[in-house]
Amino acid sequence: MIPTEDQSADEVGADLVVVTCSVNGESARVSVPPHRTLMDALRNELGLTGTKTCCAEGECGACTVIVDGATVNSCLMLAAEAEGCDILTVEGLGAGEPGGLCDLQESFLEAGAVQCGFCIPGQVMAAEYLLRTNPDPSVDEIREGMSGNLCRCAGYQRIVAAVELTARKRATR
Amino acid sequence: MIEQHGSEREALRTVGAPIRRYGGAARVSGQQDFLADLPFPDAAAVALVTLPVACATVTGIDGKRAMEMPGVIAVVSAADLPQPVPRFGISHQDRPVLADGEVLFHGEPVAAVVAETLDQAEAGAREVEVAFEERPGVYNVDQALATGAPLVRDPSRRPEDDENRDSNVLETALYEWGDTTAAAGEAAVIVENTYTFPMVTHFPIEPGGTVAVPTDAGGLDIYSPVQHPYLLQRTIATVTGLPLSQVRVFAPDPGGGFGGKQTPRLEPLLAFLALQTGRPCRLVLSLEQTFQMMRRAACRVKARTGFADDGALIFHELHCDFLIGAYADVAPRVMTKGSYVGAGPYRIPHARTASRAVMSNTTPSTAFRGFGAPQVAWATESQLDAGARALGLDGLQIRRRNLVNVGEAFFRGPYEATADGHWHEALEKAAELIGWGQPLAPGRGRGIAVAIKPGATSGLSQSLVRFLADGSAIAYAGTSDMGQGARTLWQQILADELGSPLDKIRVVSGDTGVVPFDLQTSASRSTVFMGNAVLEACRDIRKRVLALFAESTGVDEAMLSEAPGVLITPDGELSLLEASRIALGALGGEFVGQGTARMRGRKGHPLGGDAAFYEFNCTAIEVEVDVETGELLLHRHVSVSDVGTELNPIQVTSQDEGASIMGLGHSQMEQLLLDDHGVIRNLGALDYRIPTFKDVPVELITHGIENHDGPGPYGSKGISEGALLCTAGALGSAVSDAIGIPIRDLPLTPERVWTALHPDAADHPGGEEPA
Ligand code: FES
Ligand code: FES
Repeated sequence: MIPTEDQSADEVGADLVVVTCSVNGESARVSVPPHRTLMDALRNELGLTGTKTCCAEGECGACTVIVDGATVNSCLMLAAEAEGCDILTVEGLGAGEPGGLCDLQESFLEAGAVQCGFCIPGQVMAAEYLLRTNPDPSVDEIREGMSGNLCRCAGYQRIVAAVELTARKRATR
Repeated sequence: MIEQHGSEREALRTVGAPIRRYGGAARVSGQQDFLADLPFPDAAAVALVTLPVACATVTGIDGKRAMEMPGVIAVVSAADLPQPVPRFGISHQDRPVLADGEVLFHGEPVAAVVAETLDQAEAGAREVEVAFEERPGVYNVDQALATGAPLVRDPSRRPEDDENRDSNVLETALYEWGDTTAAAGEAAVIVENTYTFPMVTHFPIEPGGTVAVPTDAGGLDIYSPVQHPYLLQRTIATVTGLPLSQVRVFAPDPGGGFGGKQTPRLEPLLAFLALQTGRPCRLVLSLEQTFQMMRRAACRVKARTGFADDGALIFHELHCDFLIGAYADVAPRVMTKGSYVGAGPYRIPHARTASRAVMSNTTPSTAFRGFGAPQVAWATESQLDAGARALGLDGLQIRRRNLVNVGEAFFRGPYEATADGHWHEALEKAAELIGWGQPLAPGRGRGIAVAIKPGATSGLSQSLVRFLADGSAIAYAGTSDMGQGARTLWQQILADELGSPLDKIRVVSGDTGVVPFDLQTSASRSTVFMGNAVLEACRDIRKRVLALFAESTGVDEAMLSEAPGVLITPDGELSLLEASRIALGALGGEFVGQGTARMRGRKGHPLGGDAAFYEFNCTAIEVEVDVETGELLLHRHVSVSDVGTELNPIQVTSQDEGASIMGLGHSQMEQLLLDDHGVIRNLGALDYRIPTFKDVPVELITHGIENHDGPGPYGSKGISEGALLCTAGALGSAVSDAIGIPIRDLPLTPERVWTALHPDAADHPGGEEPA
């Protein structure tokens, strides 16, 4: 249980909402104003800063997390909407793996997909979802499936290679 | 004793191998702390107050209501700063810490609100009352150069003897050799055209921000993801009057920089807020604010070029107007450096490039990958194609005819510049990889282009390396690692030169308090400058090991020699670790090596010095044009760069692919659009489009030409910008090959391509064909 409280909320006159959910397999409870996004709650209330903020309007994918098995832009989801949800963030992806990295994260490094790294947690989450729903994607399917995630370093080819590499690894597992 | 023979040592080399990125694991697991991720529990939040127009006189700022809002600690405007309001800037000290009586571009802050929480700061900012009168501003080259145009910079702020004082021209550059006017008579064909290159923004995925923390000693710690921590340190010291020793800059790795995170902008404001409130002050920018803080200069180029019958260039004339912003930033340098190579890597007997940096009421333009070269290359490369078309040659033939050979001058006169690489090899390789000359499917076209960019023209990088008792090592190197992977290279150099295993090497950067001076992370200089400094520091350690080994063992120094990773003694080779243990003896300890790479400028040189190296790139593209919609499908995109030596091939590939795609951004889709009030209409990711996964060409092939002829470690050169220098030229050429019509304005959006295909419909809004 990770209880926290947002000190700022009542001073701007909003009632706090208490949200209980599961984050990376642990139960979590946060009290936040109703307008607080899931992205901000994860980052500021739970200290899970692996989820990044760029556009804050659903266009870049830097804030991608998996909620109840589907990817969402956490900047577009209110924390209050996460009540009872099962949330996976980048911090939970490699937990329990040797070296703290899952096969997909290893593949990102192997394929040279990481440059500045700011978009990478979101890319990894989007790729994880893609591979769960389509274990053997074609290049076109990867490009389509990942198209909501921007990378200004433009490691796109390397990221495609990382996803392909992971698919191969998982197929022979 | 570990015997190591030359070949085994060779096998241990990491340089040249695709070593994984230093810090990569933290980046894929979300553990990497960017600025916004750093915890500052006591920090107050900062919100900026801005106006809904670009150009205005500010007549009053009232913060009383804001001060009464919950949690608000301070409302600060120019009146609360030292008077006159401090100004700063890298080339002109013209940018005020806060707007001082006037706002000159959309997003320039007039006040800042400091509060306990961000919600409170933002609520407070909404209550600050600003009285202002909008003034007519200038937002494009024509407006800025019109007679009687409103002046962005008041003439009273310019030197009396400045001949452009009463205009919006801030600086000019003129490069000239031969006599272009007289040479016109010799030309068989003359082509004359005007080209435009749009305003684009860096759009780093990390928007950035600053935290300023007052220290107990009365100084400041500044946290900012900047490319030049030492420049920021100096700027903060200058505006606040603090000594350098009291200003410590922490630079967390930038989440993408591309030139946009070089110069200080809001950091001086944050410094004053922290000093005034005594609180750590934190500002994390939104992406929209980032758009308002950085952009590339737009450019209009008028070009006139003459060719002989066989395609040889006779003369080339360029008039370049760079639309810079409301403050100088580094834009005059962008203009002079971009123009210097404007005529291209060609053998031109008569050339004249006259350029102007023209101020406007827009976001101050700054360094952006390519640094002015892509803007002018777009014109020059298109002119080469225009000449080729007129003479019945193709794009490859005309470039073969004119491209300089190694050692041959492309810039003539007393400060001549010559090709420092075998650039024809890159041209031929790109032609081969694109399949030049092979039959094309209907609706497709092919284009090829080349360009160069000068590397740094002076520089100073210092590094310290510590070789510890267990053979592990630490490099202190001030280069900012913003995605290019600089730290990986230092790790590789240490591994090879000291024989330390990669996983026992650490690299420390981003802290002016402990890391020695490095001038800048810019101009793709770091591999060459910091690389040489790190290399020298490693070799310094080997010499020290040798000397102390001699002293400790009594072996004559003359009998000893050192080589990468080893000390060679009369009894055979010792690993450097073993030799260092013997040398250090019972007291233990460590070896510290120092390295400096210093390149002085050259007096009188128009760029302040000769470039340490040139980035040369050849890009070739095969495109399919959908004539119904004007959309482009890139089937193949080839980028070949002259790289000297690839220290880490996978990082070279990442840089080349990344730059290629970034080049497609300004070539195909990106442009900042302003309304009549100078307000950015496409402010944010929703309306400003950058390349996505779906915009990657079907095939993207990059290749490095390695002749080991660069000035950096092991013959390397800087490589991070080459692949976007002539993307526009290659794409424009391919599109005009496909549709038979050249387009001279970027970006080549579907609308623009469609309009070129349907010239009669151009006057009919909505694109309807005339009845
Ligand atoms: S920050 Fe959520 S999509 Fe950009
Ligand atoms: S790695 Fe830099 S934005 Fe993707």
